[in-house]
Amino acid sequence: MRGPLLTANFKIQNMITMKNSLKYLSLSLCAALILTFVGCDDDEDNAPAPVVMYEQEDHMARPAINTVFVSAGEKDMFNATSPSLQGPAFSTKFKDRLMALNPGYTTNLLGLDATTFTSVLATDVLSASLTGATTFYDGTNVLTGRKLDDDVITVELILIFGGPDAMSNPGLTDDHVDQNDKSFSTTFPYLASPH
Amino acid sequence: MKSKRSIKILAMASAIAAFGAASYLIAADHIDAPAVTGTGSDITDFYVFQSPSNSNNIVFVVNVQGLLAPAATAAASFDEEVMIEINIDNSSTKDALEDLVIQATFDDGMIKVHGPSAPIEKGSNSTLLSTSSAEATITSYGSNPSIGENDGIKVFAGPRDDPFFFDLNQFKAIIGGTATSFNNPGTDTFAGTNVLSVVIEVPKSMLGSGSINAWATTNRQL
Repeated sequence: MRGPLLTANFKIQNMITMKNSLKYLSLSLCAALILTFVGCDDDEDNAPAPVVMYEQEDHMARPAINTVFVSAGEKDMFNATSPSLQGPAFSTKFKDRLMALNPGYTTNLLGLDATTFTSVLATDVLSASLTGATTFYDGTNVLTGRKLDDDVITVELILIFGGPDAMSNPGLTDDHVDQNDKSFSTTFPYLASPH
Repeated sequence: MKSKRSIKILAMASAIAAFGAASYLIAADHIDAPAVTGTGSDITDFYVFQSPSNSNNIVFVVNVQGLLAPAATAAASFDEEVMIEINIDNSSTKDALEDLVIQATFDDGMIKVHGPSAPIEKGSNSTLLSTSSAEATITSYGSNPSIGENDGIKVFAGPRDDPFFFDLNQFKAIIGGTATSFNNPGTDTFAGTNVLSVVIEVPKSMLGSGSINAWATTNRQL
């Protein structure tokens, strides 16, 4: 009778010990996890990255597109629309706006009729060459980027008002402000120091 | 958060309405958007050009918060809830969807650059890339530029002269019907004003080959 009783006792003791061990094991695991998390807080570079999400508020690519071609009531909508969806939504509106600005528009210096010109503009992205000159327009290269000193407004005025040979509406094709009020640097970050 | 933002937008919308039609046409992208006017997410200009100091690199410039008077510049700061994103379409079809993004966030006096890398999601919502590629201390008004560099990526953030130039006032007079042509010489409406600039220079090899289409966005944290 004693034998089995002892054995049973021993088994129970064993189970209690095991349970305690498990308890300690899980406690120490918890501690390790807590320590890990605390450690990560002190060193953000190694932290598991939290998911940070954003909603688009403003958009810009080519200069002055929204300001010139989008009506007051739709400016925010244009800014929150991805370029792949801007074209379908705004091409016709841009054409109406172009014809209101310049009722005599036929084609421009790029040879683009009103429909073609405004459908290009309505998908508002800025092209940039990875292989050569990057300029809005330098007399040779067209829309291969935008440099700090490019006179982008005069280029756009010519394309909107200048007609096929850039000679139409001479009073409207140049604002006669040809350069910035401070010079740019050839070293990073290139922009001039603030006033 | 949401309601606070709605109130802010509502207040701004009322302020804009008070200005009325006069605010219709403003410059490159300065104050083009009623909902973000005067906030850290109002983009004024976007530039993409080959680096003047290294023809293997491309420079991206995104300017925000235009028309800062010199006296107001020291107090102007980047909005820490706004992420500036440069979106790059380098596909052969040029489908106007971003294949790469460069994201810039502002925190505790630092700008952190993430990418260029494939975006976690495309379109008008964005998710922050998990690792940053370069960082710099945000340069304060009156200090020499603080430049960060890592893995060939250079970054600057801080106040600069607004590089944009345009006789905006005369253009508004023409559009408004009170003038019929520009003056010669014209008057640069942006002379003497500052912006907050982010300048990021990256090796062309990180962007693809041939040409890219790019656009800049500002994005508010949800």
